[in-house]
Amino acid sequence: MLINHPILGPRDAAEFVYKGDARLIHRPDWQADDAVAQFTDYGYLRDNPAGLHRELWFHEQGDRSWLVVTRDTTTHEITKVELARDVARAEGRSR
Amino acid sequence: MHYSGFKVIKEALTGHRGWGPAWRDATPKAQYDYVIIGGGGHGLATAYYLAKEFKQARIAVLEKGWIGGGNVGRNTTIIRSNYLLDGNEPFYEFSLKLWEGLEQDLNYNAMVSQRGILNLIHSDAQRDAFIRRGNAMILNGADAELLSTAQIVERYPFLNVNNARFPIKGGLAQHRGGTVRHDAVAWGYARAADRRGVDIIQNCEVTGFRIENGTCKGVETSRGFIGAGKVASCVAGSSSRLMEKAGMRLPIESHVLQAFVSEGLKPLLPGVITFGAGHFYCSQSDKGGLVFGGDLDGYNSYAQRGNLPVVEDVCEGGMAIFPNLGRARLLRMWGGIMDMSMDGSPIIDRTHIDGLYFNGGWCYGGFKATPASGYAYAHLLATDTPHKTATAYRFDRFATGHMIDEKGMGNQPNLH
Ligand SMILES: Cc1cc2nc3c(=O)[nH]c(=O)nc-3n(C[C@H](O)[C@H](O)[C@H](O)COP(=O)(O)OP(=O)(O)OC[C@H]3O[C@@H](n4cnc5c(N)ncnc54)[C@H](O)[C@@H]3O)c2cc1C
Repeated sequence: MLINHPILGPRDAAEFVYKGDARLIHRPDWQADDAVAQFTDYGYLRDNPAGLHRELWFHEQGDRSWLVVTRDTTTHEITKVELARDVARAEGRSR
Repeated sequence: MHYSGFKVIKEALTGHRGWGPAWRDATPKAQYDYVIIGGGGHGLATAYYLAKEFKQARIAVLEKGWIGGGNVGRNTTIIRSNYLLDGNEPFYEFSLKLWEGLEQDLNYNAMVSQRGILNLIHSDAQRDAFIRRGNAMILNGADAELLSTAQIVERYPFLNVNNARFPIKGGLAQHRGGTVRHDAVAWGYARAADRRGVDIIQNCEVTGFRIENGTCKGVETSRGFIGAGKVASCVAGSSSRLMEKAGMRLPIESHVLQAFVSEGLKPLLPGVITFGAGHFYCSQSDKGGLVFGGDLDGYNSYAQRGNLPVVEDVCEGGMAIFPNLGRARLLRMWGGIMDMSMDGSPIIDRTHIDGLYFNGGWCYGGFKATPASGYAYAHLLATDTPHKTATAYRFDRFATGHMIDEKGMGNQPNLH
């Protein structure tokens, strides 16, 4: 599997470490009234779809950036690769 | 029809005209007391024990494909009960005891072979950990023995004990562990369940649930609606896809695990060896093929096939301790979709929907669990209380902090 890194170009997926669902970008607010429920959900529940999946990959043996990869879990085909930083900012995270 | 040596001889002398199908091709009825979704090992075992041990009737098993087409026919057939934690070890030991009596119970030759399993040790720290595990096993009524390198060499003279990175310093053996012919487990349970009146319905995919006022009334299928008193999900790698139709999100990711078989060789490897540090394990099938595997590919997948880096990794691990493996040609390789849970342990529990039950999260170790999983799930379905060996396999353990994390890896499914 090749991951087309936005900065470095196509890289072997074996250079990366897989983290999972890209929703993990959005850590819940620890002061929310239902923080325990939100963190249980964040820590342990997953959509786990058959089909398109947005997921976090860490370029451990490369430039150590986090990427959001859109991949089809039924074919392994990758259709989109973004820097996780850009995704997080676009989705409203300040840090 | 009862199978026996006498029957085999009689059929051999009369042209094998007396054999019938091992189970009926049932057509779905409108209503059952129990509908079990998924005709893998666990679903079939559940149906069998519901009928036999818990004296229930009007049971159907719905399978979207054919019996034996899922992970029950794709695994590397290892059985063992060498777990550490209290939530797990009694359950897996119960399972191993059920394996020991399985063939007589089912009247089916499942080729249960207690050839022993050996976990290799490479360092003092690993030895300490395995001694602790062995003691936990013995405390729970299982068998465990710590072997020296000399004892290992005696049994496995071809192992490379002087690998520079992972020299073999001993091993933890469970002599009652071994292998079982996986397809025969599916067929044996299917036949035995059928003989007790269970309807086994193949080519019947569950496409939705009928849930009214918080109660599950039955399932929508590719062969029409089927009503049920209790609906039991048991679909392994498809768990998230199925339960999504009931509006549930699960503590599970689906991952692909690959396995490999070499060409047939003369008897070489008497037992099962696992080289955990190098992510490699191997046994030899009765046909002579070396059956081996290693790590997950490591990313969510429903593709039932993996990629090449893991092939290389597994073969490198094998060559490191088992150098003559390099002389064997690879015959086949394949993948199966694993229901990897967040702590590496399974779930056998009710859901928040009345009448809907769940069994899943078996990771890559669910084959050995087949008899106990079926028994415990049948217990839960029939009595609405968990079996005494399966009380820890709850949905809410993630919220309450009672994870059963054998490897201490945390909520990262691809590391379990
Ligand atoms: C390569 C590999 C090696 C393994 N090695 C071992 C091992 O050595 N030891 C061990 O203990 N375990 C091992 N496992 C794990 C073990 O195989 C599984 O944990 C276990 O088989 C899962 O339970 P099952 O048999 O019920 O699953 P399955 O046989 O997968 O049964 C699930 C069934 O549900 C059906 N289904 C899915 N969706 C629907 C639907 N909507 N409607 C109707 N039916 C549906 C599927 O078609 C399937 O037949 C291995 C797995 C793999 C892939």
